[in-house]
Amino acid sequence: MSEPSLLTRPPEPEHGRRRALPTALHGAVRWETGLALVVVAIFAFGVAVSPDFLTTSNLFNLGVTSGEVAIMALPMTLIIISGEIDLSVASILGMSSALLGFLWARHWPMLLIFVMVALLGVVAGLFNGLMVTRVGLPSLAVTIGTLALYRGVALIILGSSTVSNFPAPYSTIGVLGVANSNLPWNVAIFAVLAVIFGVVLHFTATGRSIYAMGASPEAALYSGIRVKRIKLLLFVTSGLVCALAGVLWTFRLSTAVQNNGIGMELTVVAIVLLAGVSIFGGKGSIIGVVLAVLAFAGLQDALLLTNFNQEATGIVTGGLLLISVFVPTAGSVVARSREWFRARGHRAPSAIGAGHE
Amino acid sequence: MHAAKAFGAVRAVVDASIDLYGGEAHALVGENGAGKSTVVKMLAGVHQPDGGELLIEGQPAVLTGPAAAQAAGIAVIYQEPTLFPDLTVAENIFMGRQPLVAARRIDRRAMRAQAAALFERLGVQLDPGRIARGLSIADQQIVEIAKALSLEARVIVMDEPTAALSAAEVARLFDVVRTLRAAGAAVLFISHRLEEVFEICQRVTVMRDGRTVLARELAGLTADDLVRAMVGRDMPQRTAGERSQPGDEVLRVERLAREGVFIDISLHVRAGEIVALAGLVGSGRSEVARAIFGIDRYDAGKVTIGGTELRRGSPAAAMAAGIGYVPEDRRQQGLVMDMSIQQNVALASLARLRRGGLVRSASERAFATDWAQRMRLRYGRLTDPVSTLSGGNQQKVVLAKWLGRHPALLIVDEPTRGIDIATKADVHELLVRLAGEGIAILMISSELPEVLHIGDRILVMREGRLTAEYSHEEASEEKIMSAATGQLEHSK
Amino acid sequence: MSATVDTKQETSGKPPRVSSRRLTERVFRIRESGIIAVLIVFVAITVSIEPRFASQQEVQFILANTTIFALLALGETMVIVSRNVDLSIGSVVGLSAYVSASLFGKIHGIPIVVVFLVGLGIGLAVGVANGIMVAIGRVPSLVVTLATLYIVRGLDILIVGGNEVVAQTLPNAFIEIPRAGVYGVPYLAIVIAVVIGIGAYYLRSYRSGRELYAIGSNPEAARLAGIPVGRRVFTAFAVSGAIAGVAGVLWAAQYQTVDSNAGTGYELTVIASVVVGGVAIFGGSGSAVGAAIGALLLQTINSALYVLGISPFWDQAIAGALLLAAITLDRIISLRLTAALRRRSAGVGT
Repeated sequence: MSEPSLLTRPPEPEHGRRRALPTALHGAVRWETGLALVVVAIFAFGVAVSPDFLTTSNLFNLGVTSGEVAIMALPMTLIIISGEIDLSVASILGMSSALLGFLWARHWPMLLIFVMVALLGVVAGLFNGLMVTRVGLPSLAVTIGTLALYRGVALIILGSSTVSNFPAPYSTIGVLGVANSNLPWNVAIFAVLAVIFGVVLHFTATGRSIYAMGASPEAALYSGIRVKRIKLLLFVTSGLVCALAGVLWTFRLSTAVQNNGIGMELTVVAIVLLAGVSIFGGKGSIIGVVLAVLAFAGLQDALLLTNFNQEATGIVTGGLLLISVFVPTAGSVVARSREWFRARGHRAPSAIGAGHE
Repeated sequence: MHAAKAFGAVRAVVDASIDLYGGEAHALVGENGAGKSTVVKMLAGVHQPDGGELLIEGQPAVLTGPAAAQAAGIAVIYQEPTLFPDLTVAENIFMGRQPLVAARRIDRRAMRAQAAALFERLGVQLDPGRIARGLSIADQQIVEIAKALSLEARVIVMDEPTAALSAAEVARLFDVVRTLRAAGAAVLFISHRLEEVFEICQRVTVMRDGRTVLARELAGLTADDLVRAMVGRDMPQRTAGERSQPGDEVLRVERLAREGVFIDISLHVRAGEIVALAGLVGSGRSEVARAIFGIDRYDAGKVTIGGTELRRGSPAAAMAAGIGYVPEDRRQQGLVMDMSIQQNVALASLARLRRGGLVRSASERAFATDWAQRMRLRYGRLTDPVSTLSGGNQQKVVLAKWLGRHPALLIVDEPTRGIDIATKADVHELLVRLAGEGIAILMISSELPEVLHIGDRILVMREGRLTAEYSHEEASEEKIMSAATGQLEHSK
Repeated sequence: MSATVDTKQETSGKPPRVSSRRLTERVFRIRESGIIAVLIVFVAITVSIEPRFASQQEVQFILANTTIFALLALGETMVIVSRNVDLSIGSVVGLSAYVSASLFGKIHGIPIVVVFLVGLGIGLAVGVANGIMVAIGRVPSLVVTLATLYIVRGLDILIVGGNEVVAQTLPNAFIEIPRAGVYGVPYLAIVIAVVIGIGAYYLRSYRSGRELYAIGSNPEAARLAGIPVGRRVFTAFAVSGAIAGVAGVLWAAQYQTVDSNAGTGYELTVIASVVVGGVAIFGGSGSAVGAAIGALLLQTINSALYVLGISPFWDQAIAGALLLAAITLDRIISLRLTAALRRRSAGVGT
């Protein structure tokens, strides 16, 4: 045995070399750069169409109207990167809102209500997660089911009634910022959560495992990654965060009704995809999501200032979404994306990469 | 009389020419990675050659896609079956060519009858009306063969059609090949089993490193001649058995069973010992390995590592107990192809690279650099996607990923599949050295030279059971093959 | 029995395989008939509690509601069996409903056929766009149709502005379309049933129909088998769009008052119907008839709750629970089936 041992040779630390970007971010850099330019362009457009765009009150408004969508986009990002999807997010928001109103109308103490709402979110997420990981069903089908089920529960809880007599410290979060600053509460919470989710996704073993199971479910399993446990955890987290979004939404509008946030699941998914997260899993970053949120919120607000029919902004959202999937396939990237598709073809269904078999 | 000639180059992988004549079975042999599959894919119309030409009956032909290849009379039986699991067996055979009745409706009855007739020709019992999901690999292969037969093709390409078949099924397949030959069809027969080549083929083309190195009649050639042409040198000397005595028992498997997959599997592996698990594809070898590592559950029996019983169905528990697993399918199971070399090397060791809960890219980088050096990995940058590496270097990354955990037992499943010869030798040497350093190794391999070369003990599986065990000294290719195919029952 | 009878049993330990066919057939009959059984039991219970449920009026109401969803389910089935999804149908229904209905007000005396053709054209245009992007652009259909869902709805909102079409502007003959019938069964329901039957027959008995299943079952194998995958998927989207366009016109006739909300959220109800009806969400299996029965079941439950005086608030929760129960049951059956088939075709085991 003339050569040194393969196993026992002490590792030679490689200090002093240039510190590379965390490699998870590496490939994504180009996409995020492009997205950042889009954000700049959108804000420039906003300034161009209206002198009011950069006023504090408008920016406050811009932030406050997009806060909940942005918050829900964070767990959705992790779930889509892991190769699954959660379409029940807006229904969990609605269900939480309904429970909040229901219990408040019955004079429960607010703190206890918060606990109950959080519990509801956890249970909702747990149910999704168990159906996906234990029963082994595709998350697309499961969460279409719970999308209806949870919205239905909201209807059962609150019926057609509306609860709106929330007390002052809560009911003012739509107009007053954190500590009377110009930072809306939901934006502040989004910022804190974005940092937490970013650290988890990009700098922990769990985050790396999430990428691995999305990019190659089998290889993740064969590497001893606890795929089911992490996925269950992601769905539970999503449920909890959406319950929080439900509380914020209710207080911001000072109204608990069963159809709060209806249809918003698709907006959340659209933002996440716009952020460069691959629907097949395995790719994307939190920075991208933050930028996509800015692009989405800025565009919506700018269009509002142009007197464009506000409800028709879907055209622009949809257009951005299409551009976001077609840009990477254009020009010199065509060949590479083809290869990518061919390599993925046998495993990734063309609807969504969340298959189990 | 017709001839098909393939002469082309796909990204400089292949530069080969093959002459195929009607009425002959033509063997195409070569080591894994020699470029046979690329030739098959070009004939199937999946890949287009970058240069050269394809002549069918003397006419240049361009196969723009699989449909064009079929239209040109070329049928391909792939090594890995490509069935539609949700559809019936009959539909699988006739997809796109179903028999029609009035108004172009599909005639199901005729379709089933024709499928049944094909199975009768093949001498097998298979229900044309059942869905394909749940078919054994051998049965799937039979469906593929029936599909090719139904095309009534002039050129039939068979890429290792016998890999999963029993001896009786192989015999029937050869009858069919002879019938096809008599009917004037050309059969391109790809197999690793040289005795089959000699039994059924008249001519042979040997490929090595993407090139034709030998093309002539088989008559007058010996198996050794073919092996020499394939390898380019004589077979290396056996190196196993020269090492020190194996140490304590590391892995013990007792009466392991999984319903319908394998039954009554008992084996043990000692420290410093390489135990080879031989057998046909589909005999249950990989399934046993997967059950040991916890990917699949098992219904009965137990697995102990170093004396402690292992929890079933948990890869994480298996890893904690000191098992590493280099799986069969490197691209799907061994590596995350979209991730970098560095991330793949670190994937199984993330817990060890953590500080304060965070994975630091500096320590990950140091870890990967260290292992890249030890494995003599050839790479550009560690941050390159692992997909940019050659097959052999990819396999080294998988090995590094597990060695980084200092395993007590390493399970390697087809460790050299699709690897060029030079790296293959590297991998063999590496496994032997690891055993020398006290790691227990359980190696699954379909390549008999490899099994004979580095296996200290050789176990053979057939149809889900262990059928024989040989020491390094007493093992031979004939003994292993007969135990694997059940041809001879004197194996004990 | 068409299977061969070969007495040679060299492959020892292998039981005759013919019996596995009966097993699979039985399971599939159960899947198709299971949902009908649920429907019958449900109707029986409801009628026994509230006989009014069997009235001509109720039947007509349920069938009228079902026609639109069952028709949409046909198009969605074609798309889903090919392992794709079409989320844009709800928006197409909305756009087609408004544009076609507003034609009556704009062009006096316009033939109803022309209005239907306009609706069909709108749907076809969206379907073709979806199909091109999915089949040629090779972009996942979930993303493409999510985008077109937004874009088409946005166009609808722009076109509608603050207006709405009201019943007074619609000709009587148009409004009568979903209502005319015999014994409470609308002619329209019969026509739609025939259309679905034709669609199901096409999927079952024509090569291109079977190829959709093959694509959904194993896309890679479909390519290797020489199936024109792109063309088939494109066609499925085009048909799904065209059907949604026609459904939009029917929507206008059924509900008469059309604003920019028409058809919102239909995509999810339709997908739920299809899946409850036994179509696998990841393609490869299921039938258009099953999907139509799934739609009928959901609409029946809808009406039954109303008739029984149960708060309609339960409606959606029950629909969701039913969908979850259906896919869970399918999963259990398919696991059992796979295990049984494996046992039958493997040479080992007990």
